[in-house]
Amino acid sequence: MKKEFEVIAKIIKNNKRVLDIGCGDGTLMEHLKINQQNDVRGLEPKKDLVQKCIAKGLPVIEGDAEKELIQFPEKSFDYVVLSQTLQAFLRPEEVLNQLLRIGRQTIISIPNFGYWKVRIHLLFKGTMPVTKNLPNEWYNTPNLHMCTILDFVNFCKNKNIKIDKSMCLTNEKISEITVKNIKYKNIFSQLGIFLVE
Amino acid sequence: MNSELKNIKKLIVSNSLELDCGKIIKNFPVAYETYGVLNQNKNNAILAFHALTGDQFCTNINPITKREGWWTTAVGPGKAIDTNKYFVICANVMGGCMGSYGPKEINPETNKLFGTTFPVITIKDMVNCQKYLIDYLGIKKLLAVIGGSMGGMQVLQFASLYPDMSYSAIPIACSASHSAQNIALNELGRQAIMADPNWKKENSNPDKGLAVARMAAHITYLSKKGLQEKFGRKLQDRKSLKFSFDADFQIESYLRYQGATFVDRFDANSYLYITRAMDYFDLEKQFNGNLSLAFKNTKSKFCVISFSSDWLYPTIENKEIVIALNACGANVGFVEINSDKGHDSFLLNVPEFLKTVSEFLNSTYNEIKK
Repeated sequence: MKKEFEVIAKIIKNNKRVLDIGCGDGTLMEHLKINQQNDVRGLEPKKDLVQKCIAKGLPVIEGDAEKELIQFPEKSFDYVVLSQTLQAFLRPEEVLNQLLRIGRQTIISIPNFGYWKVRIHLLFKGTMPVTKNLPNEWYNTPNLHMCTILDFVNFCKNKNIKIDKSMCLTNEKISEITVKNIKYKNIFSQLGIFLVE
Repeated sequence: MNSELKNIKKLIVSNSLELDCGKIIKNFPVAYETYGVLNQNKNNAILAFHALTGDQFCTNINPITKREGWWTTAVGPGKAIDTNKYFVICANVMGGCMGSYGPKEINPETNKLFGTTFPVITIKDMVNCQKYLIDYLGIKKLLAVIGGSMGGMQVLQFASLYPDMSYSAIPIACSASHSAQNIALNELGRQAIMADPNWKKENSNPDKGLAVARMAAHITYLSKKGLQEKFGRKLQDRKSLKFSFDADFQIESYLRYQGATFVDRFDANSYLYITRAMDYFDLEKQFNGNLSLAFKNTKSKFCVISFSSDWLYPTIENKEIVIALNACGANVGFVEINSDKGHDSFLLNVPEFLKTVSEFLNSTYNEIKK
Protein backbone atom coordinates (compact mmCIF):
# COMPACT_ATOMS: atom_id res chain seq x y z
CA MET A 1 0.00 0.00 0.00
CA LYS A 2 1.35 3.39 -0.90
CA LYS A 3 2.47 5.87 1.74
CA GLU A 4 -0.41 8.25 1.05
CA PHE A 5 -2.93 5.52 1.95
CA GLU A 6 -1.00 4.75 5.14
CA VAL A 7 -1.37 8.39 6.16
CA ILE A 8 -5.09 8.39 5.32
CA ALA A 9 -5.67 5.09 7.13
CA LYS A 10 -3.96 6.46 10.22
CA ILE A 11 -6.32 9.45 10.30
CA ILE A 12 -9.36 7.15 10.16
CA LYS A 13 -10.45 5.68 13.49
CA ASN A 14 -11.56 2.04 13.80
CA ASN A 15 -15.18 0.88 13.40
CA LYS A 16 -16.28 3.91 11.39
CA ARG A 17 -18.27 4.28 8.17
CA VAL A 18 -16.04 5.31 5.27
CA LEU A 19 -16.85 6.26 1.68
CA ASP A 20 -13.88 6.07 -0.69
CA ILE A 21 -14.48 8.12 -3.81
CA GLY A 22 -12.47 6.96 -6.79
CA CYS A 23 -11.54 3.86 -4.82
CA GLY A 24 -9.64 2.28 -7.74
CA ASP A 25 -8.97 -1.42 -7.15
CA GLY A 26 -10.04 -1.08 -3.51
CA THR A 27 -6.59 -1.27 -1.88
CA LEU A 28 -7.38 1.36 0.76
CA MET A 29 -10.90 0.02 1.33
CA GLU A 30 -9.64 -3.50 1.87
CA HIS A 31 -7.05 -2.28 4.36
CA LEU A 32 -9.65 -0.27 6.27
CA LYS A 33 -12.11 -3.17 6.28
CA ILE A 34 -9.69 -5.86 7.40
CA ASN A 35 -7.31 -4.00 9.71
CA GLN A 36 -9.51 -1.26 11.12
CA GLN A 37 -12.96 -2.93 11.01
CA ASN A 38 -14.34 0.04 9.09
CA ASP A 39 -17.66 -0.26 7.28
CA VAL A 40 -16.51 0.77 3.82
CA ARG A 41 -18.23 1.81 0.59
CA GLY A 42 -16.65 2.84 -2.69
CA LEU A 43 -17.47 4.79 -5.80
CA GLU A 44 -15.42 4.25 -8.94
CA PRO A 45 -16.03 5.26 -12.56
CA LYS A 46 -13.97 2.51 -14.24
CA LYS A 47 -15.88 -0.75 -14.82
CA ASP A 48 -12.85 -3.03 -14.69
CA LEU A 49 -11.81 -1.61 -11.33
CA VAL A 50 -15.37 -1.89 -9.98
CA GLN A 51 -15.36 -5.55 -10.97
CA LYS A 52 -12.03 -6.06 -9.19
CA CYS A 53 -13.53 -4.57 -6.03
CA ILE A 54 -16.67 -6.71 -6.24
CA ALA A 55 -14.46 -9.77 -6.66
CA LYS A 56 -12.78 -8.84 -3.38
CA GLY A 57 -16.18 -8.57 -1.74
CA LEU A 58 -16.04 -4.79 -1.50
CA PRO A 59 -19.30 -2.87 -1.93
CA VAL A 60 -18.36 -0.55 -4.79
CA ILE A 61 -20.73 1.32 -7.05
CA GLU A 62 -19.87 2.18 -10.61
CA GLY A 63 -20.38 5.88 -11.08
CA ASP A 64 -19.05 9.37 -11.49
CA ALA A 65 -18.69 11.45 -8.33
CA GLU A 66 -19.90 14.58 -10.10
CA LYS A 67 -23.25 12.93 -10.74
CA GLU A 68 -23.60 10.30 -8.04
CA LEU A 69 -22.85 12.01 -4.76
CA ILE A 70 -26.27 13.63 -4.43
CA GLN A 71 -27.78 10.19 -3.73
CA PHE A 72 -26.03 9.82 -0.37
CA PRO A 73 -27.88 11.24 2.64
CA GLU A 74 -26.41 13.98 4.80
CA LYS A 75 -23.73 12.90 7.26
CA SER A 76 -24.20 9.28 6.25
CA PHE A 77 -20.47 8.58 6.61
CA ASP A 78 -17.95 9.32 9.33
CA TYR A 79 -15.29 9.89 6.70
CA VAL A 80 -15.35 10.56 2.99
CA VAL A 81 -12.03 10.02 1.24
CA LEU A 82 -10.99 11.67 -2.02
CA SER A 83 -7.47 10.84 -3.06
CA GLN A 84 -5.79 13.00 -5.71
CA THR A 85 -8.95 13.51 -7.72
CA LEU A 86 -10.33 16.92 -6.72
CA GLN A 87 -8.30 18.63 -9.44
CA ALA A 88 -9.73 16.31 -12.12
CA PHE A 89 -13.37 17.31 -11.67
CA LEU A 90 -15.18 19.75 -13.91
CA ARG A 91 -16.62 21.48 -10.84
CA PRO A 92 -14.35 20.72 -7.90
CA GLU A 93 -16.07 23.22 -5.64
CA GLU A 94 -19.43 21.48 -6.03
CA VAL A 95 -17.88 18.07 -5.45
CA LEU A 96 -16.21 19.35 -2.30
CA ASN A 97 -19.52 20.74 -1.06
CA GLN A 98 -21.08 17.31 -1.57
CA LEU A 99 -18.25 15.62 0.32
CA LEU A 100 -18.70 17.97 3.24
CA ARG A 101 -22.43 17.32 3.21
CA ILE A 102 -22.14 13.50 3.14
CA GLY A 103 -19.27 13.05 5.57
CA ARG A 104 -18.80 14.19 9.12
CA GLN A 105 -15.20 14.63 8.11
CA THR A 106 -13.56 14.58 4.71
CA ILE A 107 -10.05 13.52 3.82
CA ILE A 108 -8.70 15.13 0.65
CA SER A 109 -5.31 14.74 -0.93
CA ILE A 110 -4.03 16.96 -3.71
CA PRO A 111 -0.93 16.84 -5.88
CA ASN A 112 0.88 20.07 -5.09
CA PHE A 113 1.40 22.28 -8.14
CA GLY A 114 3.66 24.49 -6.02
CA TYR A 115 6.30 21.75 -5.70
CA TRP A 116 9.72 23.11 -6.63
CA LYS A 117 10.27 20.72 -9.52
CA VAL A 118 7.01 21.87 -11.06
CA ARG A 119 7.99 25.51 -10.62
CA ILE A 120 11.44 24.97 -12.11
CA HIS A 121 10.02 23.03 -15.03
CA LEU A 122 7.74 25.91 -15.96
CA LEU A 123 10.33 28.60 -15.16
CA PHE A 124 13.24 27.22 -17.13
CA LYS A 125 11.72 24.93 -19.73
CA GLY A 126 8.74 27.18 -20.35
CA THR A 127 6.49 24.16 -20.95
CA MET A 128 3.75 22.64 -18.81
CA PRO A 129 5.32 20.58 -16.04
CA VAL A 130 5.57 16.82 -16.36
CA THR A 131 6.76 15.11 -13.17
CA LYS A 132 6.47 11.76 -11.43
CA ASN A 133 3.27 12.86 -9.69
CA LEU A 134 1.96 14.71 -12.76
CA PRO A 135 2.96 12.36 -15.55
CA ASN A 136 0.68 13.61 -18.33
CA GLU A 137 1.16 16.21 -21.05
CA TRP A 138 -1.08 19.29 -21.10
CA TYR A 139 -3.23 17.80 -23.89
CA ASN A 140 -4.01 14.50 -22.21
CA THR A 141 -3.96 15.29 -18.52
CA PRO A 142 -7.13 14.49 -16.58
CA ASN A 143 -6.26 17.37 -14.27
CA LEU A 144 -8.46 20.34 -15.06
CA HIS A 145 -8.02 22.42 -11.92
CA MET A 146 -4.51 22.15 -10.55
CA CYS A 147 -3.80 23.94 -7.29
CA THR A 148 -1.07 24.29 -4.70
CA ILE A 149 -1.16 23.45 -1.01
CA LEU A 150 -1.42 27.17 -0.31
CA ASP A 151 -4.29 27.55 -2.78
CA PHE A 152 -6.23 24.80 -1.05
CA VAL A 153 -5.65 26.20 2.43
CA ASN A 154 -6.69 29.68 1.27
CA PHE A 155 -9.76 28.21 -0.38
CA CYS A 156 -10.81 26.52 2.85
CA LYS A 157 -10.29 29.77 4.74
CA ASN A 158 -12.50 31.69 2.28
CA LYS A 159 -15.24 29.07 2.37
CA ASN A 160 -15.18 28.64 6.15
CA ILE A 161 -14.11 25.03 5.82
CA LYS A 162 -12.41 23.92 9.00
CA ILE A 163 -9.10 22.14 8.51
CA ASP A 164 -8.58 19.68 11.36
CA LYS A 165 -5.34 18.25 10.12
CA SER A 166 -2.89 19.04 7.32
CA MET A 167 -0.08 16.74 6.35
CA CYS A 168 2.29 16.66 3.46
CA LEU A 169 4.33 14.04 1.72
CA THR A 170 7.70 14.33 0.03
CA ASN A 171 9.56 11.31 -1.26
CA GLU A 172 7.57 9.02 1.07
CA LYS A 173 8.29 11.21 4.09
CA ILE A 174 5.36 12.54 6.07
CA SER A 175 5.30 15.81 7.95
CA GLU A 176 2.77 18.21 9.35
CA ILE A 177 1.87 21.53 7.74
CA THR A 178 1.66 24.41 10.21
CA VAL A 179 0.93 28.13 9.88
CA LYS A 180 4.64 28.78 10.19
CA ASN A 181 5.97 26.28 7.68
CA ILE A 182 3.26 26.37 5.02
CA LYS A 183 5.21 28.57 2.55
CA TYR A 184 8.16 26.20 2.86
CA LYS A 185 5.99 23.07 2.60
CA ASN A 186 4.29 24.56 -0.44
CA ILE A 187 7.64 24.44 -2.22
CA PHE A 188 8.98 21.14 -0.96
CA SER A 189 5.92 18.85 -0.80
CA GLN A 190 4.64 16.68 -3.59
CA LEU A 191 1.31 15.97 -1.96
CA GLY A 192 -0.97 17.63 0.58
CA ILE A 193 -3.37 15.58 2.72
CA PHE A 194 -6.11 17.39 4.61
CA LEU A 195 -8.78 16.40 7.08
CA VAL A 196 -11.57 18.95 6.78
CA GLU A 197 -15.15 19.46 7.95
CA MET B 1 -45.42 -34.40 -21.92
CA ASN B 2 -48.02 -34.86 -19.19
CA SER B 3 -46.61 -38.16 -17.96
CA GLU B 4 -43.23 -36.47 -17.43
CA LEU B 5 -44.96 -33.69 -15.53
CA LYS B 6 -46.02 -36.21 -12.90
CA ASN B 7 -42.42 -37.00 -12.08
CA ILE B 8 -41.28 -33.50 -11.24
CA LYS B 9 -40.53 -32.54 -7.63
CA LYS B 10 -43.40 -30.85 -5.90
CA LEU B 11 -44.00 -29.50 -2.43
CA ILE B 12 -47.63 -29.34 -1.45
CA VAL B 13 -47.91 -26.40 0.93
CA SER B 14 -50.49 -27.21 3.56
CA ASN B 15 -50.32 -23.81 5.26
CA SER B 16 -52.89 -21.30 4.18
CA LEU B 17 -51.58 -18.29 2.33
CA GLU B 18 -53.45 -15.07 1.82
CA LEU B 19 -52.75 -13.73 -1.64
CA ASP B 20 -52.42 -10.00 -2.33
CA CYS B 21 -55.82 -10.11 -4.03
CA GLY B 22 -57.39 -11.27 -0.74
CA LYS B 23 -58.04 -14.87 -1.69
CA ILE B 24 -56.79 -17.47 0.77
CA ILE B 25 -55.29 -20.63 -0.70
CA LYS B 26 -54.29 -23.92 0.88
CA ASN B 27 -52.70 -27.20 -0.21
CA PHE B 28 -51.13 -25.68 -3.29
CA PRO B 29 -48.18 -27.15 -5.20
CA VAL B 30 -44.75 -25.56 -5.60
CA ALA B 31 -42.81 -27.42 -8.29
CA TYR B 32 -39.06 -27.17 -7.91
CA GLU B 33 -35.68 -28.58 -8.80
CA THR B 34 -32.35 -28.55 -6.99
CA TYR B 35 -28.77 -28.87 -8.20
CA GLY B 36 -25.65 -29.64 -6.20
CA VAL B 37 -25.51 -30.73 -2.57
CA LEU B 38 -26.59 -28.86 0.54
CA ASN B 39 -23.58 -28.81 2.89
CA GLN B 40 -23.71 -29.76 6.58
CA ASN B 41 -23.88 -26.18 7.80
CA LYS B 42 -26.65 -25.53 5.28
CA ASN B 43 -25.03 -22.28 4.27
CA ASN B 44 -24.32 -22.90 0.60
CA ALA B 45 -27.87 -22.64 -0.75
CA ILE B 46 -28.73 -20.26 -3.54
CA LEU B 47 -32.31 -19.56 -4.53
CA ALA B 48 -32.50 -18.67 -8.22
CA PHE B 49 -35.69 -16.98 -9.36
CA HIS B 50 -36.77 -17.41 -12.96
CA ALA B 51 -38.09 -14.77 -15.33
CA LEU B 52 -41.39 -14.55 -17.23
CA THR B 53 -41.09 -17.67 -19.36
CA GLY B 54 -38.62 -19.68 -17.31
CA ASP B 55 -39.24 -22.64 -15.05
CA GLN B 56 -37.55 -24.65 -12.29
CA PHE B 57 -35.20 -26.41 -14.71
CA CYS B 58 -32.50 -23.77 -14.79
CA THR B 59 -29.73 -26.03 -16.04
CA ASN B 60 -29.07 -29.42 -17.65
CA ILE B 61 -31.67 -30.79 -20.04
CA ASN B 62 -35.21 -29.82 -19.14
CA PRO B 63 -36.99 -33.21 -18.80
CA ILE B 64 -40.26 -31.80 -20.13
CA THR B 65 -39.15 -29.70 -23.09
CA LYS B 66 -35.97 -31.75 -23.75
CA ARG B 67 -34.10 -28.48 -24.25
CA GLU B 68 -31.28 -26.92 -22.30
CA GLY B 69 -32.27 -25.21 -19.05
CA TRP B 70 -32.78 -21.46 -19.31
CA TRP B 71 -29.68 -20.56 -17.26
CA THR B 72 -27.29 -23.27 -18.42
CA THR B 73 -24.73 -20.53 -19.17
CA ALA B 74 -24.55 -19.58 -15.50
CA VAL B 75 -25.56 -22.63 -13.45
CA GLY B 76 -23.64 -25.91 -13.41
CA PRO B 77 -20.43 -27.59 -12.29
CA GLY B 78 -17.54 -25.13 -12.57
CA LYS B 79 -19.81 -22.36 -13.84
CA ALA B 80 -20.47 -18.93 -12.27
CA ILE B 81 -23.10 -20.44 -10.00
CA ASP B 82 -21.03 -23.51 -9.36
CA THR B 83 -23.10 -26.55 -8.46
CA ASN B 84 -19.94 -28.31 -7.23
CA LYS B 85 -19.87 -25.73 -4.46
CA TYR B 86 -23.38 -24.45 -4.05
CA PHE B 87 -26.80 -25.98 -3.61
CA VAL B 88 -29.01 -24.28 -6.19
CA ILE B 89 -32.76 -24.22 -5.71
CA CYS B 90 -35.14 -23.09 -8.40
CA ALA B 91 -38.93 -23.17 -8.21
CA ASN B 92 -41.57 -22.70 -10.84
CA VAL B 93 -43.31 -19.43 -9.94
CA MET B 94 -46.90 -19.32 -8.82
CA GLY B 95 -48.93 -18.71 -11.97
CA GLY B 96 -46.44 -20.71 -14.03
CA CYS B 97 -47.16 -23.79 -16.11
CA MET B 98 -44.54 -26.29 -14.99
CA GLY B 99 -46.33 -27.84 -12.04
CA SER B 100 -46.74 -24.98 -9.57
CA TYR B 101 -50.10 -23.51 -8.57
CA GLY B 102 -51.19 -21.87 -11.82
CA PRO B 103 -53.97 -21.54 -14.40
CA LYS B 104 -52.96 -24.84 -16.01
CA GLU B 105 -53.69 -26.76 -12.79
CA ILE B 106 -56.98 -28.33 -11.75
CA ASN B 107 -59.07 -26.24 -9.38
CA PRO B 108 -59.81 -28.69 -6.53
CA GLU B 109 -63.10 -26.91 -5.81
CA THR B 110 -64.53 -27.41 -9.29
CA ASN B 111 -62.34 -30.25 -10.60
CA LYS B 112 -61.86 -28.19 -13.74
CA LEU B 113 -58.82 -26.38 -15.11
CA PHE B 114 -58.39 -23.00 -13.48
CA GLY B 115 -57.85 -21.15 -16.75
CA THR B 116 -58.96 -17.56 -16.32
CA THR B 117 -60.71 -18.35 -13.05
CA PHE B 118 -57.25 -18.42 -11.49
CA PRO B 119 -56.74 -15.51 -9.06
CA VAL B 120 -54.60 -12.58 -10.13
CA ILE B 121 -51.30 -13.06 -8.38
CA THR B 122 -48.35 -10.79 -7.58
CA ILE B 123 -44.58 -10.97 -7.26
CA LYS B 124 -45.07 -10.98 -3.50
CA ASP B 125 -47.31 -14.06 -3.75
CA MET B 126 -44.65 -15.78 -5.85
CA VAL B 127 -41.98 -15.01 -3.27
CA ASN B 128 -44.11 -16.10 -0.32
CA CYS B 129 -44.66 -19.48 -1.97
CA GLN B 130 -40.97 -20.03 -2.43
CA LYS B 131 -40.30 -19.12 1.19
CA TYR B 132 -42.28 -22.25 2.15
CA LEU B 133 -39.96 -24.28 -0.02
CA ILE B 134 -36.87 -22.87 1.70
CA ASP B 135 -38.39 -23.69 5.09
CA TYR B 136 -39.27 -27.18 3.89
CA LEU B 137 -35.69 -27.75 2.77
CA GLY B 138 -34.56 -26.81 6.28
CA ILE B 139 -32.56 -23.78 5.25
CA LYS B 140 -32.44 -20.97 7.82
CA LYS B 141 -30.39 -18.56 5.76
CA LEU B 142 -29.56 -18.65 2.07
CA LEU B 143 -26.15 -17.81 0.70
CA ALA B 144 -27.80 -15.79 -2.06
CA VAL B 145 -31.00 -14.96 -3.81
CA ILE B 146 -30.41 -14.25 -7.49
CA GLY B 147 -32.42 -13.57 -10.60
CA GLY B 148 -32.70 -11.47 -13.72
CA SER B 149 -35.68 -9.54 -15.06
CA MET B 150 -38.79 -10.77 -13.21
CA GLY B 151 -36.35 -12.94 -11.26
CA GLY B 152 -34.67 -9.74 -10.11
CA MET B 153 -37.99 -8.34 -8.96
CA GLN B 154 -38.44 -11.46 -6.83
CA VAL B 155 -34.95 -10.91 -5.39
CA LEU B 156 -35.95 -7.38 -4.35
CA GLN B 157 -39.26 -8.54 -2.92
CA PHE B 158 -37.60 -11.39 -1.06
CA ALA B 159 -34.93 -9.10 0.40
CA SER B 160 -37.63 -6.72 1.53
CA LEU B 161 -39.94 -9.36 3.04
CA TYR B 162 -37.19 -11.42 4.63
CA PRO B 163 -34.38 -9.00 5.54
CA ASP B 164 -32.28 -11.60 7.36
CA MET B 165 -32.85 -14.74 5.29
CA SER B 166 -30.06 -14.35 2.77
CA TYR B 167 -26.43 -13.36 3.12
CA SER B 168 -26.53 -11.73 -0.27
CA ALA B 169 -28.91 -10.59 -2.99
CA ILE B 170 -28.16 -10.25 -6.69
CA PRO B 171 -30.90 -8.45 -8.62
CA ILE B 172 -30.02 -8.39 -12.32
CA ALA B 173 -31.49 -6.27 -15.13
CA CYS B 174 -34.66 -5.41 -13.28
CA SER B 175 -36.65 -2.62 -11.73
CA ALA B 176 -38.28 -1.86 -8.38
CA SER B 177 -41.45 -0.75 -10.11
CA HIS B 178 -42.59 -1.73 -13.56
CA SER B 179 -42.38 1.20 -15.99
CA ALA B 180 -45.19 2.47 -18.21
CA GLN B 181 -43.26 1.24 -21.24
CA ASN B 182 -43.02 -2.26 -19.81
CA ILE B 183 -46.70 -2.35 -18.82
CA ALA B 184 -47.49 -1.25 -22.38
CA LEU B 185 -45.40 -4.01 -23.89
CA ASN B 186 -46.98 -6.62 -21.62
CA GLU B 187 -50.44 -5.37 -22.52
CA LEU B 188 -49.55 -5.79 -26.20
CA GLY B 189 -48.76 -9.44 -25.52
CA ARG B 190 -51.92 -10.02 -23.53
CA GLN B 191 -54.10 -8.42 -26.17
CA ALA B 192 -52.51 -10.60 -28.85
CA ILE B 193 -53.50 -13.68 -26.83
CA MET B 194 -57.01 -12.44 -26.10
CA ALA B 195 -57.56 -11.50 -29.74
CA ASP B 196 -57.02 -15.12 -30.76
CA PRO B 197 -60.48 -16.69 -31.28
CA ASN B 198 -59.21 -19.90 -29.66
CA TRP B 199 -58.51 -18.20 -26.37
CA LYS B 200 -62.03 -18.63 -24.92
CA LYS B 201 -62.78 -21.95 -26.59
CA GLU B 202 -62.51 -25.03 -24.42
CA ASN B 203 -59.83 -27.58 -25.28
CA SER B 204 -58.07 -25.31 -27.70
CA ASN B 205 -55.05 -23.09 -27.33
CA PRO B 206 -54.61 -19.55 -28.61
CA ASP B 207 -51.33 -20.55 -30.27
CA LYS B 208 -51.37 -17.75 -32.83
CA GLY B 209 -51.96 -15.11 -30.20
CA LEU B 210 -49.35 -16.50 -27.85
CA ALA B 211 -46.82 -16.74 -30.69
CA VAL B 212 -47.37 -13.08 -31.61
CA ALA B 213 -47.00 -12.11 -27.94
CA ARG B 214 -43.71 -13.99 -27.82
CA MET B 215 -42.48 -12.43 -31.07
CA ALA B 216 -43.17 -8.91 -29.83
CA ALA B 217 -41.60 -9.64 -26.45
CA HIS B 218 -38.57 -11.26 -28.01
CA ILE B 219 -37.71 -8.03 -29.85
CA THR B 220 -37.64 -6.22 -26.52
CA TYR B 221 -35.10 -8.68 -25.15
CA LEU B 222 -32.57 -7.78 -27.83
CA SER B 223 -30.89 -4.54 -28.80
CA LYS B 224 -31.06 -2.60 -32.05
CA LYS B 225 -27.34 -3.02 -32.56
CA GLY B 226 -27.47 -6.74 -31.77
CA LEU B 227 -30.33 -7.28 -34.21
CA GLN B 228 -28.60 -5.26 -36.91
CA GLU B 229 -25.37 -7.17 -36.54
CA LYS B 230 -26.97 -10.59 -36.41
CA PHE B 231 -29.61 -10.15 -39.10
CA GLY B 232 -29.22 -6.83 -40.89
CA ARG B 233 -31.32 -7.05 -44.05
CA LYS B 234 -30.23 -10.61 -44.80
CA LEU B 235 -32.77 -12.67 -46.76
CA GLN B 236 -34.05 -16.07 -45.67
CA ASP B 237 -33.09 -18.88 -48.11
CA ARG B 238 -33.67 -16.68 -51.14
CA LYS B 239 -31.67 -14.43 -53.38
CA SER B 240 -34.24 -11.69 -53.89
CA LEU B 241 -37.44 -10.31 -52.41
CA LYS B 242 -40.52 -12.40 -53.25
CA PHE B 243 -43.04 -9.53 -53.30
CA SER B 244 -45.21 -11.36 -50.81
CA PHE B 245 -45.78 -11.52 -47.07
CA ASP B 246 -43.69 -14.62 -46.62
CA ALA B 247 -40.73 -14.36 -44.29
CA ASP B 248 -38.37 -12.76 -46.81
CA PHE B 249 -36.01 -11.50 -44.14
CA GLN B 250 -34.03 -13.65 -41.74
CA ILE B 251 -35.27 -11.63 -38.79
CA GLU B 252 -38.87 -12.45 -39.73
CA SER B 253 -38.13 -16.12 -40.00
CA TYR B 254 -36.24 -16.03 -36.70
CA LEU B 255 -39.13 -14.38 -34.86
CA ARG B 256 -41.67 -16.78 -36.37
CA TYR B 257 -39.55 -19.66 -35.18
CA GLN B 258 -39.32 -18.14 -31.70
CA GLY B 259 -43.10 -17.76 -31.60
CA ALA B 260 -43.82 -21.24 -32.95
CA THR B 261 -41.53 -23.07 -30.55
CA PHE B 262 -42.72 -21.06 -27.57
CA VAL B 263 -46.33 -22.24 -27.81
CA ASP B 264 -45.20 -25.85 -27.42
CA ARG B 265 -43.84 -25.19 -23.99
CA PHE B 266 -45.88 -22.35 -22.54
CA ASP B 267 -49.44 -21.78 -21.46
CA ALA B 268 -51.22 -18.68 -22.75
CA ASN B 269 -53.05 -18.06 -19.48
CA SER B 270 -49.82 -18.34 -17.53
CA TYR B 271 -48.49 -15.64 -19.83
CA LEU B 272 -51.43 -13.41 -18.95
CA TYR B 273 -51.12 -13.95 -15.20
CA ILE B 274 -47.37 -13.63 -14.95
CA THR B 275 -47.15 -10.47 -17.07
CA ARG B 276 -49.90 -9.03 -14.87
CA ALA B 277 -47.88 -9.82 -11.76
CA MET B 278 -44.93 -7.97 -13.28
CA ASP B 279 -47.09 -4.95 -14.09
CA TYR B 280 -48.46 -4.84 -10.56
CA PHE B 281 -44.97 -4.88 -9.10
CA ASP B 282 -44.25 -1.59 -7.40
CA LEU B 283 -42.01 -2.02 -4.39
CA GLU B 284 -41.84 1.72 -3.93
CA LYS B 285 -45.59 1.91 -3.54
CA GLN B 286 -45.55 -0.94 -1.01
CA PHE B 287 -43.56 1.48 1.16
CA ASN B 288 -45.59 4.61 0.52
CA GLY B 289 -43.32 5.99 -2.15
CA ASN B 290 -40.06 5.54 -0.29
CA LEU B 291 -38.14 2.66 -1.83
CA SER B 292 -35.32 2.81 0.70
CA LEU B 293 -37.79 1.82 3.45
CA ALA B 294 -38.19 -1.48 1.59
CA PHE B 295 -34.61 -2.31 2.55
CA LYS B 296 -34.45 -0.56 5.91
CA ASN B 297 -33.81 -3.73 7.92
CA THR B 298 -31.89 -5.67 5.31
CA LYS B 299 -28.86 -7.63 6.43
CA SER B 300 -28.09 -8.82 2.91
CA LYS B 301 -25.14 -7.71 0.88
CA PHE B 302 -26.33 -6.55 -2.54
CA CYS B 303 -24.73 -6.74 -5.95
CA VAL B 304 -26.87 -4.96 -8.53
CA ILE B 305 -26.04 -5.63 -12.18
CA SER B 306 -27.37 -3.97 -15.34
CA PHE B 307 -26.45 -4.17 -19.02
CA SER B 308 -25.51 -1.23 -21.22
CA SER B 309 -27.78 -2.18 -24.14
CA ASP B 310 -30.82 -3.25 -22.08
CA TRP B 311 -33.62 -0.85 -22.97
CA LEU B 312 -36.34 -2.90 -21.27
CA TYR B 313 -34.84 -2.57 -17.79
CA PRO B 314 -32.27 0.14 -18.44
CA THR B 315 -29.35 0.95 -16.18
CA ILE B 316 -31.14 4.00 -14.81
CA GLU B 317 -33.91 1.83 -13.33
CA ASN B 318 -31.39 -0.53 -11.78
CA LYS B 319 -29.57 2.46 -10.39
CA GLU B 320 -32.70 3.60 -8.59
CA ILE B 321 -32.45 0.39 -6.57
CA VAL B 322 -28.82 1.22 -5.77
CA ILE B 323 -29.74 4.75 -4.70
CA ALA B 324 -32.47 3.43 -2.40
CA LEU B 325 -30.06 0.92 -0.88
CA ASN B 326 -27.44 3.60 -0.35
CA ALA B 327 -29.99 5.89 1.24
CA CYS B 328 -30.61 3.33 3.98
CA GLY B 329 -26.95 2.49 4.41
CA ALA B 330 -27.18 -1.02 2.98
CA ASN B 331 -24.12 -2.86 1.74
CA VAL B 332 -24.34 -2.48 -2.03
CA GLY B 333 -22.13 -2.84 -5.07
CA PHE B 334 -23.22 -2.00 -8.58
CA VAL B 335 -21.81 -2.52 -12.04
CA GLU B 336 -23.17 -1.96 -15.54
CA ILE B 337 -21.84 -4.65 -17.85
CA ASN B 338 -21.00 -3.65 -21.43
CA SER B 339 -22.92 -5.87 -23.81
CA ASP B 340 -24.68 -5.50 -27.18
CA LYS B 341 -27.03 -8.36 -26.39
CA GLY B 342 -29.78 -6.31 -24.77
CA HIS B 343 -31.94 -7.49 -21.90
CA ASP B 344 -31.21 -11.14 -22.76
CA SER B 345 -27.56 -10.59 -21.77
CA PHE B 346 -28.16 -12.18 -18.38
CA LEU B 347 -29.12 -15.46 -20.06
CA LEU B 348 -26.30 -15.48 -22.58
CA ASN B 349 -22.60 -16.06 -22.48
CA VAL B 350 -21.43 -12.60 -21.43
CA PRO B 351 -18.08 -13.35 -19.74
CA GLU B 352 -17.78 -10.11 -17.74
CA PHE B 353 -21.22 -10.67 -16.28
CA LEU B 354 -20.61 -14.30 -15.38
CA LYS B 355 -17.27 -13.39 -13.88
CA THR B 356 -18.86 -10.72 -11.68
CA VAL B 357 -21.51 -13.14 -10.41
CA SER B 358 -18.97 -15.88 -9.79
CA GLU B 359 -16.55 -13.64 -7.89
CA PHE B 360 -19.25 -11.93 -5.84
CA LEU B 361 -20.67 -15.29 -4.75
CA ASN B 362 -17.21 -16.59 -4.05
CA SER B 363 -16.23 -13.66 -1.84
CA THR B 364 -19.56 -13.84 0.01
CA TYR B 365 -19.16 -17.57 0.60
CA ASN B 366 -15.58 -17.14 1.82
CA GLU B 367 -16.69 -14.45 4.25
CA ILE B 368 -19.43 -16.52 5.86
CA LYS B 369 -17.27 -19.63 6.07
CA LYS B 370 -14.83 -17.76 8.33
